[in-house]
Amino acid sequence: MSDTENATAEQNTEILPEGASVNLQEEFEQSQVQEVLDKLDRELVGLVPVKTRIKEIAALLLVDRLRRQFDLTSETPTLHMNFTGNPGTGKTTVALRMAEILHRLGYVREGHLVSVTRDDLVGQYIGHTAPKTKAVIKKAMGGVLFIDEAYYLYKPENERDYGGESIEILLQVMENNRDDLVVILAGYKDKMDRFFESNPGMRSRIAHHLDFPDYSSEELEAIAELMLSDLNYQLSADAKKALHDYIPLRMKLPHFANARSIRNALDRARLRQANRLFADRNKSLSKSDLTTLDAEDFLVSRVFVEGKLDGDPADGILNPVSMDKTD
Amino acid sequence: MAMSNPGNRVTQGQFSFLPELTDEQITAQIKYALDNGWAVNIEYTDDPHPRNTYWDMFGMPMFDLKDPAGILMEINDCRKTFPNMYIRVTAFDNTHGWEAPRMSYIVNRPPNEPGFKLQRTERDGRSMGYTITSYAADKPEGERA
Repeated sequence: MSDTENATAEQNTEILPEGASVNLQEEFEQSQVQEVLDKLDRELVGLVPVKTRIKEIAALLLVDRLRRQFDLTSETPTLHMNFTGNPGTGKTTVALRMAEILHRLGYVREGHLVSVTRDDLVGQYIGHTAPKTKAVIKKAMGGVLFIDEAYYLYKPENERDYGGESIEILLQVMENNRDDLVVILAGYKDKMDRFFESNPGMRSRIAHHLDFPDYSSEELEAIAELMLSDLNYQLSADAKKALHDYIPLRMKLPHFANARSIRNALDRARLRQANRLFADRNKSLSKSDLTTLDAEDFLVSRVFVEGKLDGDPADGILNPVSMDKTD
Repeated sequence: MAMSNPGNRVTQGQFSFLPELTDEQITAQIKYALDNGWAVNIEYTDDPHPRNTYWDMFGMPMFDLKDPAGILMEINDCRKTFPNMYIRVTAFDNTHGWEAPRMSYIVNRPPNEPGFKLQRTERDGRSMGYTITSYAADKPEGERA
Protein backbone atom coordinates (compact mmCIF):
# COMPACT_ATOMS: atom_id res chain seq x y z
CA MET A 1 0.00 0.00 0.00
CA SER A 2 2.80 2.35 0.85
CA ASP A 3 4.37 1.47 -2.49
CA THR A 4 1.38 2.87 -4.29
CA GLU A 5 1.48 5.98 -2.20
CA ASN A 6 5.14 6.53 -2.90
CA ALA A 7 4.53 5.99 -6.58
CA THR A 8 1.80 8.61 -6.58
CA ALA A 9 3.92 11.09 -4.74
CA GLU A 10 6.72 10.65 -7.22
CA GLN A 11 4.47 11.07 -10.19
CA ASN A 12 3.08 14.27 -8.87
CA THR A 13 6.48 15.86 -8.69
CA GLU A 14 7.94 14.59 -11.95
CA ILE A 15 6.68 16.04 -15.19
CA LEU A 16 7.45 14.09 -18.29
CA PRO A 17 8.66 15.79 -21.47
CA GLU A 18 6.43 16.15 -24.52
CA GLY A 19 7.78 13.16 -26.44
CA ALA A 20 7.81 10.67 -23.56
CA SER A 21 5.45 7.72 -23.44
CA VAL A 22 3.70 6.01 -20.57
CA ASN A 23 2.36 2.52 -20.21
CA LEU A 24 -1.24 2.24 -19.10
CA GLN A 25 -0.95 -1.48 -18.43
CA GLU A 26 2.07 -0.95 -16.20
CA GLU A 27 0.34 1.81 -14.33
CA PHE A 28 -2.75 -0.36 -13.92
CA GLU A 29 -0.78 -3.27 -12.51
CA GLN A 30 1.17 -1.03 -10.22
CA SER A 31 -2.01 0.46 -8.77
CA GLN A 32 -3.28 -3.02 -7.80
CA VAL A 33 -6.81 -1.93 -8.61
CA GLN A 34 -7.52 -5.21 -10.38
CA GLU A 35 -7.30 -6.94 -7.02
CA VAL A 36 -10.13 -4.79 -5.64
CA LEU A 37 -12.20 -5.23 -8.79
CA ASP A 38 -11.75 -9.00 -8.56
CA LYS A 39 -12.81 -8.92 -4.93
CA LEU A 40 -15.87 -6.92 -5.93
CA ASP A 41 -16.72 -9.53 -8.58
CA ARG A 42 -16.23 -12.34 -6.11
CA GLU A 43 -18.13 -10.82 -3.22
CA LEU A 44 -21.01 -9.27 -5.05
CA VAL A 45 -23.31 -11.27 -7.23
CA GLY A 46 -24.92 -9.52 -10.19
CA LEU A 47 -24.91 -5.69 -10.11
CA VAL A 48 -23.47 -5.62 -13.62
CA PRO A 49 -24.26 -1.95 -14.33
CA VAL A 50 -22.66 -0.90 -11.04
CA LYS A 51 -19.54 -2.96 -11.63
CA THR A 52 -19.23 -1.59 -15.16
CA ARG A 53 -19.54 1.92 -13.87
CA ILE A 54 -16.90 1.37 -11.21
CA LYS A 55 -14.52 0.00 -13.82
CA GLU A 56 -15.20 3.08 -15.92
CA ILE A 57 -14.45 5.35 -12.99
CA ALA A 58 -11.26 3.43 -12.22
CA ALA A 59 -10.21 3.77 -15.87
CA LEU A 60 -10.94 7.49 -15.81
CA LEU A 61 -8.85 8.00 -12.69
CA LEU A 62 -6.01 5.91 -14.07
CA VAL A 63 -5.90 7.91 -17.30
CA ASP A 64 -6.14 11.10 -15.29
CA ARG A 65 -3.10 10.00 -13.34
CA LEU A 66 -1.17 9.45 -16.55
CA ARG A 67 -2.29 12.82 -17.88
CA ARG A 68 -0.94 14.36 -14.75
CA GLN A 69 2.49 12.99 -15.56
CA PHE A 70 2.42 15.18 -18.66
CA ASP A 71 1.16 18.09 -16.58
CA LEU A 72 -2.07 18.08 -18.57
CA THR A 73 -4.42 18.62 -15.70
CA SER A 74 -3.86 19.80 -12.19
CA GLU A 75 -7.36 19.81 -10.78
CA THR A 76 -8.60 16.75 -8.94
CA PRO A 77 -11.63 15.35 -10.73
CA THR A 78 -14.89 15.54 -8.79
CA LEU A 79 -15.38 12.15 -7.22
CA HIS A 80 -18.48 12.64 -5.10
CA MET A 81 -21.01 9.97 -5.85
CA ASN A 82 -24.62 9.11 -5.40
CA PHE A 83 -25.72 5.51 -4.88
CA THR A 84 -29.41 4.86 -5.34
CA GLY A 85 -31.21 1.60 -4.92
CA ASN A 86 -33.51 -0.40 -2.71
CA PRO A 87 -32.36 -1.71 0.65
CA GLY A 88 -30.02 -4.67 0.61
CA THR A 89 -28.64 -4.10 -2.87
CA GLY A 90 -25.06 -3.71 -1.70
CA LYS A 91 -24.60 0.06 -1.54
CA THR A 92 -22.49 0.02 1.62
CA THR A 93 -20.31 -2.84 0.41
CA VAL A 94 -19.67 -1.09 -2.89
CA ALA A 95 -18.86 2.14 -1.01
CA LEU A 96 -16.25 0.23 1.00
CA ARG A 97 -14.66 -1.14 -2.17
CA MET A 98 -14.84 2.28 -3.77
CA ALA A 99 -12.85 3.73 -0.87
CA GLU A 100 -10.26 1.04 -1.44
CA ILE A 101 -10.04 1.73 -5.17
CA LEU A 102 -9.70 5.47 -4.60
CA HIS A 103 -7.00 4.80 -2.05
CA ARG A 104 -5.03 2.54 -4.36
CA LEU A 105 -5.19 5.12 -7.12
CA GLY A 106 -4.03 7.78 -4.69
CA TYR A 107 -7.18 9.91 -4.71
CA VAL A 108 -7.77 9.56 -0.99
CA ARG A 109 -4.93 9.32 1.47
CA GLU A 110 -6.24 6.83 4.02
CA GLY A 111 -9.03 4.94 2.32
CA HIS A 112 -11.28 4.48 5.33
CA LEU A 113 -15.05 4.71 5.18
CA VAL A 114 -17.05 6.74 7.67
CA SER A 115 -20.68 5.71 7.51
CA VAL A 116 -23.17 8.21 8.94
CA THR A 117 -26.86 9.07 8.87
CA ARG A 118 -28.82 12.22 9.60
CA ASP A 119 -28.48 11.75 13.36
CA ASP A 120 -24.70 11.98 13.17
CA LEU A 121 -24.76 15.23 11.22
CA VAL A 122 -27.74 17.25 12.37
CA GLY A 123 -27.92 18.68 15.87
CA GLN A 124 -30.80 19.07 18.29
CA TYR A 125 -30.67 22.79 18.90
CA ILE A 126 -29.32 26.00 17.42
CA GLY A 127 -25.55 25.95 17.18
CA HIS A 128 -25.32 22.21 17.61
CA THR A 129 -25.33 21.24 13.95
CA ALA A 130 -22.19 22.96 12.67
CA PRO A 131 -19.76 21.43 15.19
CA LYS A 132 -21.41 18.05 14.81
CA THR A 133 -21.19 18.05 11.03
CA LYS A 134 -17.65 19.38 11.13
CA ALA A 135 -16.56 16.68 13.58
CA VAL A 136 -17.89 14.01 11.23
CA ILE A 137 -16.21 15.65 8.25
CA LYS A 138 -12.92 15.80 10.10
CA LYS A 139 -13.20 12.12 10.90
CA ALA A 140 -13.81 11.30 7.26
CA MET A 141 -10.94 13.42 5.93
CA GLY A 142 -8.51 11.35 3.93
CA GLY A 143 -11.22 8.81 3.26
CA VAL A 144 -14.81 8.45 2.14
CA LEU A 145 -17.84 9.91 3.91
CA PHE A 146 -20.83 7.66 3.30
CA ILE A 147 -24.15 9.34 4.10
CA ASP A 148 -26.88 6.75 4.26
CA GLU A 149 -30.48 7.85 3.66
CA ALA A 150 -29.10 11.22 2.67
CA TYR A 151 -32.53 12.57 1.73
CA TYR A 152 -33.44 12.76 5.41
CA LEU A 153 -31.00 15.66 5.70
CA TYR A 154 -33.48 17.92 4.03
CA LYS A 155 -36.95 18.20 5.49
CA PRO A 156 -38.88 20.76 3.47
CA GLU A 157 -41.99 20.50 5.65
CA ASN A 158 -40.14 21.96 8.62
CA GLU A 159 -38.53 25.29 7.91
CA ARG A 160 -36.80 25.35 11.28
CA ASP A 161 -35.08 22.06 10.60
CA TYR A 162 -31.30 22.18 11.04
CA GLY A 163 -30.63 19.78 8.16
CA GLY A 164 -30.15 22.68 5.76
CA GLU A 165 -27.24 23.97 7.78
CA SER A 166 -25.59 20.58 7.60
CA ILE A 167 -26.09 20.47 3.83
CA GLU A 168 -24.50 23.90 3.47
CA ILE A 169 -21.38 22.85 5.37
CA LEU A 170 -21.18 19.66 3.36
CA LEU A 171 -21.46 21.56 0.09
CA GLN A 172 -18.68 23.88 1.13
CA VAL A 173 -16.39 21.01 2.05
CA MET A 174 -17.29 19.05 -1.07
CA GLU A 175 -16.14 22.03 -3.11
CA ASN A 176 -13.12 23.24 -1.13
CA ASN A 177 -11.67 20.00 0.20
CA ARG A 178 -11.97 17.87 -2.89
CA ASP A 179 -8.46 16.56 -2.34
CA ASP A 180 -9.19 15.50 1.21
CA LEU A 181 -12.59 13.90 1.11
CA VAL A 182 -14.96 12.00 -1.14
CA VAL A 183 -18.65 12.10 -0.25
CA ILE A 184 -20.98 9.27 -1.23
CA LEU A 185 -24.71 9.78 -0.73
CA ALA A 186 -27.03 6.81 -0.66
CA GLY A 187 -30.75 6.22 -0.56
CA TYR A 188 -33.90 5.20 -2.38
CA LYS A 189 -33.97 6.39 -5.95
CA ASP A 190 -37.19 8.42 -5.89
CA LYS A 191 -36.41 10.08 -2.56
CA MET A 192 -32.89 10.98 -3.66
CA ASP A 193 -34.28 12.45 -6.89
CA ARG A 194 -36.57 14.67 -4.84
CA PHE A 195 -33.68 15.57 -2.55
CA PHE A 196 -31.59 16.71 -5.51
CA GLU A 197 -34.49 18.68 -6.95
CA SER A 198 -34.64 20.78 -3.83
CA ASN A 199 -30.85 20.97 -3.49
CA PRO A 200 -29.53 21.77 -6.96
CA GLY A 201 -26.16 22.72 -5.47
CA MET A 202 -25.75 19.16 -4.26
CA ARG A 203 -26.65 17.68 -7.62
CA SER A 204 -24.11 19.74 -9.52
CA ARG A 205 -21.34 18.72 -7.16
CA ILE A 206 -21.90 15.03 -7.65
CA ALA A 207 -20.21 13.55 -10.67
CA HIS A 208 -21.29 9.95 -10.57
CA HIS A 209 -24.79 8.64 -10.14
CA LEU A 210 -24.92 4.87 -9.71
CA ASP A 211 -28.21 3.03 -9.64
CA PHE A 212 -28.28 -0.34 -7.92
CA PRO A 213 -30.82 -2.68 -9.52
CA ASP A 214 -32.82 -5.20 -7.51
CA TYR A 215 -31.54 -8.75 -7.59
CA SER A 216 -33.24 -11.45 -9.61
CA SER A 217 -34.23 -14.65 -7.80
CA GLU A 218 -31.30 -16.52 -9.41
CA GLU A 219 -28.90 -13.89 -8.15
CA LEU A 220 -30.41 -14.10 -4.69
CA GLU A 221 -29.88 -17.87 -4.72
CA ALA A 222 -26.24 -17.35 -5.62
CA ILE A 223 -25.97 -14.78 -2.82
CA ALA A 224 -27.46 -17.27 -0.37
CA GLU A 225 -24.89 -19.89 -1.33
CA LEU A 226 -22.11 -17.36 -0.96
CA MET A 227 -23.32 -16.29 2.46
CA LEU A 228 -23.65 -19.87 3.64
CA SER A 229 -20.21 -20.89 2.46
CA ASP A 230 -18.81 -17.89 4.35
CA LEU A 231 -20.52 -19.24 7.47
CA ASN A 232 -19.38 -22.82 6.83
CA TYR A 233 -22.85 -24.11 6.14
CA GLN A 234 -24.15 -26.02 3.16
CA LEU A 235 -27.53 -26.86 1.70
CA SER A 236 -28.78 -30.36 1.15
CA ALA A 237 -30.27 -31.05 -2.27
CA ASP A 238 -33.79 -30.74 -0.87
CA ALA A 239 -32.93 -27.56 0.95
CA LYS A 240 -31.65 -26.08 -2.28
CA LYS A 241 -34.99 -26.75 -3.86
CA ALA A 242 -36.83 -25.34 -0.84
CA LEU A 243 -34.77 -22.17 -1.02
CA HIS A 244 -35.38 -21.99 -4.74
CA ASP A 245 -39.13 -22.00 -4.02
CA TYR A 246 -38.81 -19.72 -1.02
CA ILE A 247 -37.12 -16.79 -2.73
CA PRO A 248 -39.82 -15.92 -5.32
CA LEU A 249 -42.47 -16.23 -2.59
CA ARG A 250 -40.54 -13.95 -0.28
CA MET A 251 -39.94 -11.42 -3.06
CA LYS A 252 -43.68 -10.95 -3.45
CA LEU A 253 -44.22 -10.17 0.22
CA PRO A 254 -43.92 -6.64 1.62
CA HIS A 255 -40.69 -5.27 3.10
CA PHE A 256 -38.50 -7.28 0.83
CA ALA A 257 -34.95 -6.04 1.29
CA ASN A 258 -33.02 -8.07 -1.27
CA ALA A 259 -29.85 -9.65 0.09
CA ARG A 260 -30.69 -8.59 3.63
CA SER A 261 -33.96 -10.54 3.60
CA ILE A 262 -32.07 -13.54 2.32
CA ARG A 263 -29.57 -13.27 5.13
CA ASN A 264 -32.38 -13.07 7.66
CA ALA A 265 -34.04 -16.12 6.11
CA LEU A 266 -30.78 -18.02 6.39
CA ASP A 267 -30.36 -16.91 9.99
CA ARG A 268 -33.79 -18.30 10.80
CA ALA A 269 -32.99 -21.53 8.98
CA ARG A 270 -29.85 -21.86 11.09
CA LEU A 271 -31.93 -21.34 14.18
CA ARG A 272 -34.36 -24.06 13.13
CA GLN A 273 -31.51 -26.39 12.29
CA ALA A 274 -30.04 -25.90 15.74
CA ASN A 275 -33.43 -26.60 17.29
CA ARG A 276 -33.89 -29.66 15.14
CA LEU A 277 -30.53 -31.04 16.23
CA PHE A 278 -31.25 -30.21 19.82
CA ALA A 279 -34.62 -31.95 19.70
CA ASP A 280 -32.99 -35.37 19.40
CA ARG A 281 -29.84 -34.68 21.21
CA ASN A 282 -29.16 -38.32 22.08
CA LYS A 283 -28.05 -38.95 18.52
CA SER A 284 -24.36 -38.51 17.83
CA LEU A 285 -23.71 -35.89 15.20
CA SER A 286 -21.25 -35.84 12.36
CA LYS A 287 -19.59 -32.76 10.96
CA SER A 288 -21.94 -32.77 8.01
CA ASP A 289 -24.94 -32.86 10.35
CA LEU A 290 -23.70 -29.67 11.91
CA THR A 291 -23.07 -27.90 8.64
CA THR A 292 -26.02 -28.99 6.56
CA LEU A 293 -29.31 -27.12 6.39
CA ASP A 294 -32.22 -29.35 5.44
CA ALA A 295 -35.38 -28.65 3.48
CA GLU A 296 -37.48 -28.71 6.64
CA ASP A 297 -35.45 -25.84 8.04
CA PHE A 298 -36.92 -23.71 5.29
CA LEU A 299 -40.30 -25.32 4.76
CA VAL A 300 -41.68 -24.49 8.20
CA SER A 301 -41.29 -20.79 7.42
CA ARG A 302 -44.55 -18.89 7.51
CA VAL A 303 -43.79 -17.68 4.03
CA PHE A 304 -44.61 -21.21 2.91
CA VAL A 305 -47.26 -22.11 5.40
CA GLU A 306 -49.39 -18.99 5.51
CA GLY A 307 -47.87 -16.82 2.84
CA LYS A 308 -46.99 -14.33 5.55
CA LEU A 309 -43.74 -12.95 6.91
CA ASP A 310 -41.97 -14.71 9.70
CA GLY A 311 -42.56 -12.67 12.81
CA ASP A 312 -39.31 -10.81 12.62
CA PRO A 313 -39.32 -7.06 12.35
CA ALA A 314 -35.67 -7.10 11.32
CA ASP A 315 -36.77 -8.52 8.01
CA GLY A 316 -38.64 -5.37 7.19
CA ILE A 317 -37.51 -1.79 6.81
CA LEU A 318 -38.30 -0.87 10.39
CA ASN A 319 -34.67 -0.54 11.19
CA PRO A 320 -32.92 0.12 7.92
CA VAL A 321 -30.18 2.34 9.28
CA SER A 322 -28.37 -0.04 11.53
CA MET A 323 -29.00 -2.99 9.26
CA ASP A 324 -27.45 -1.43 6.21
CA LYS A 325 -24.04 -1.35 7.76
CA THR A 326 -23.72 -5.07 7.82
CA ASP A 327 -24.92 -6.15 4.39
CA MET B 1 18.59 37.84 26.35
CA ALA B 2 18.37 39.96 23.26
CA MET B 3 21.69 38.53 22.13
CA SER B 4 20.67 34.90 22.35
CA ASN B 5 17.09 35.35 21.23
CA PRO B 6 16.68 38.15 18.74
CA GLY B 7 13.11 39.36 18.43
CA ASN B 8 12.16 38.02 21.85
CA ARG B 9 10.61 34.92 20.36
CA VAL B 10 8.90 32.83 22.96
CA THR B 11 10.53 29.42 23.00
CA GLN B 12 8.11 26.90 24.44
CA GLY B 13 7.38 23.36 23.43
CA GLN B 14 8.82 21.55 20.46
CA PHE B 15 10.50 23.16 17.45
CA SER B 16 10.42 26.61 19.03
CA PHE B 17 14.09 27.30 18.26
CA LEU B 18 13.50 26.47 14.60
CA PRO B 19 12.05 28.81 12.01
CA GLU B 20 8.22 28.79 11.95
CA LEU B 21 6.83 25.49 10.73
CA THR B 22 5.15 25.56 7.35
CA ASP B 23 1.66 24.13 7.01
CA GLU B 24 3.18 21.14 5.30
CA GLN B 25 5.50 20.50 8.23
CA ILE B 26 2.66 20.97 10.70
CA THR B 27 0.61 18.45 8.73
CA ALA B 28 3.48 15.96 8.88
CA GLN B 29 3.76 16.40 12.65
CA ILE B 30 0.01 15.93 13.11
CA LYS B 31 0.16 12.82 10.96
CA TYR B 32 2.83 11.45 13.28
CA ALA B 33 0.60 12.09 16.30
CA LEU B 34 -2.44 10.53 14.64
CA ASP B 35 -0.45 7.46 13.58
CA ASN B 36 0.45 7.01 17.23
CA GLY B 37 -3.20 7.21 18.21
CA TRP B 38 -2.93 10.49 20.10
CA ALA B 39 -5.80 12.97 20.26
CA VAL B 40 -4.84 16.33 18.84
CA ASN B 41 -6.08 19.59 20.36
CA ILE B 42 -5.71 23.22 19.42
CA GLU B 43 -5.18 25.77 22.19
CA TYR B 44 -4.67 29.51 22.26
CA THR B 45 -3.67 32.19 24.73
CA ASP B 46 -2.49 35.80 24.89
CA ASP B 47 -0.28 35.26 27.94
CA PRO B 48 3.08 33.80 26.94
CA HIS B 49 4.41 33.33 30.49
CA PRO B 50 6.06 29.90 30.67
CA ARG B 51 4.13 29.03 33.82
CA ASN B 52 0.81 29.83 32.16
CA THR B 53 -0.70 26.38 31.82
CA TYR B 54 -4.23 27.63 31.27
CA TRP B 55 -4.49 27.87 27.52
CA ASP B 56 -8.01 27.97 26.09
CA MET B 57 -9.12 25.16 23.83
CA PHE B 58 -10.25 26.01 20.36
CA GLY B 59 -13.24 23.73 19.82
CA MET B 60 -13.41 20.17 21.04
CA PRO B 61 -10.48 17.78 21.28
CA MET B 62 -10.43 15.77 18.09
CA PHE B 63 -10.66 12.03 18.65
CA ASP B 64 -10.70 9.20 16.11
CA LEU B 65 -9.22 11.18 13.26
CA LYS B 66 -7.17 9.51 10.56
CA ASP B 67 -6.07 12.39 8.43
CA PRO B 68 -4.47 15.72 9.39
CA ALA B 69 -6.39 17.76 6.83
CA GLY B 70 -9.30 18.35 9.19
CA ILE B 71 -7.00 19.53 11.98
CA LEU B 72 -5.15 21.89 9.68
CA MET B 73 -8.55 23.29 8.75
CA GLU B 74 -9.21 23.99 12.44
CA ILE B 75 -5.77 25.53 12.90
CA ASN B 76 -6.45 27.93 10.06
CA ASP B 77 -9.85 28.73 11.54
CA CYS B 78 -8.18 29.48 14.86
CA ARG B 79 -5.54 31.65 13.17
CA LYS B 80 -8.30 33.61 11.50
CA THR B 81 -10.16 34.06 14.78
CA PHE B 82 -7.11 34.91 16.94
CA PRO B 83 -4.41 36.23 14.62
CA ASN B 84 -2.67 38.07 17.48
CA MET B 85 -2.48 35.22 19.94
CA TYR B 86 -0.26 32.24 20.56
CA ILE B 87 -1.74 29.05 19.14
CA ARG B 88 -0.32 25.63 19.90
CA VAL B 89 -1.10 22.10 18.87
CA THR B 90 -0.92 19.41 21.50
CA ALA B 91 -1.20 15.65 21.11
CA PHE B 92 -2.55 13.78 24.09
CA ASP B 93 -1.60 10.17 24.72
CA ASN B 94 -4.27 8.36 26.74
CA THR B 95 -2.45 5.06 27.13
CA HIS B 96 -2.08 3.88 30.71
CA GLY B 97 1.07 5.16 32.31
CA TRP B 98 1.31 8.16 30.01
CA GLU B 99 -2.00 9.99 30.16
CA ALA B 100 -0.23 13.18 29.21
CA PRO B 101 0.48 15.39 26.22
CA ARG B 102 3.23 13.83 24.13
CA MET B 103 3.65 16.70 21.72
CA SER B 104 3.13 20.42 21.97
CA TYR B 105 4.28 23.08 19.54
CA ILE B 106 3.41 26.64 18.66
CA VAL B 107 1.83 27.19 15.25
CA ASN B 108 0.96 30.86 15.52
CA ARG B 109 2.42 33.80 17.43
CA PRO B 110 1.59 37.49 17.59
CA PRO B 111 3.38 39.71 15.08
CA ASN B 112 4.97 41.60 17.93
CA GLU B 113 6.37 39.76 20.92
CA PRO B 114 7.39 42.30 23.56
CA GLY B 115 9.23 39.79 25.72
CA PHE B 116 9.57 39.62 29.50
CA LYS B 117 10.49 41.99 32.24
CA LEU B 118 12.88 40.78 34.88
CA GLN B 119 11.95 41.99 38.35
CA ARG B 120 14.39 41.87 41.24
CA THR B 121 13.19 41.86 44.78
CA GLU B 122 15.58 42.49 47.66
CA ARG B 123 14.90 40.15 50.50
CA ASP B 124 16.28 39.48 53.99
CA GLY B 125 20.01 39.57 54.22
CA ARG B 126 20.29 41.34 50.86
CA SER B 127 19.44 38.13 49.03
CA MET B 128 17.78 38.58 45.66
CA GLY B 129 14.44 37.21 44.44
CA TYR B 130 13.84 37.15 40.74
CA THR B 131 10.59 36.96 38.80
CA ILE B 132 9.56 37.61 35.21
CA THR B 133 6.38 39.14 33.89
CA SER B 134 5.43 39.29 30.26
CA TYR B 135 4.85 42.75 28.85
CA ALA B 136 2.17 41.20 26.66
CA ALA B 137 0.05 40.49 29.75
CA ASP B 138 0.28 44.02 31.11
CA LYS B 139 -3.22 44.96 30.13
CA PRO B 140 -6.26 43.13 31.49
CA GLU B 141 -7.46 40.07 29.64
CA GLY B 142 -9.53 40.92 26.59
CA GLU B 143 -7.73 44.21 25.96
CA ARG B 144 -4.37 42.72 25.14
CA ALA B 145 -4.46 41.67 21.52
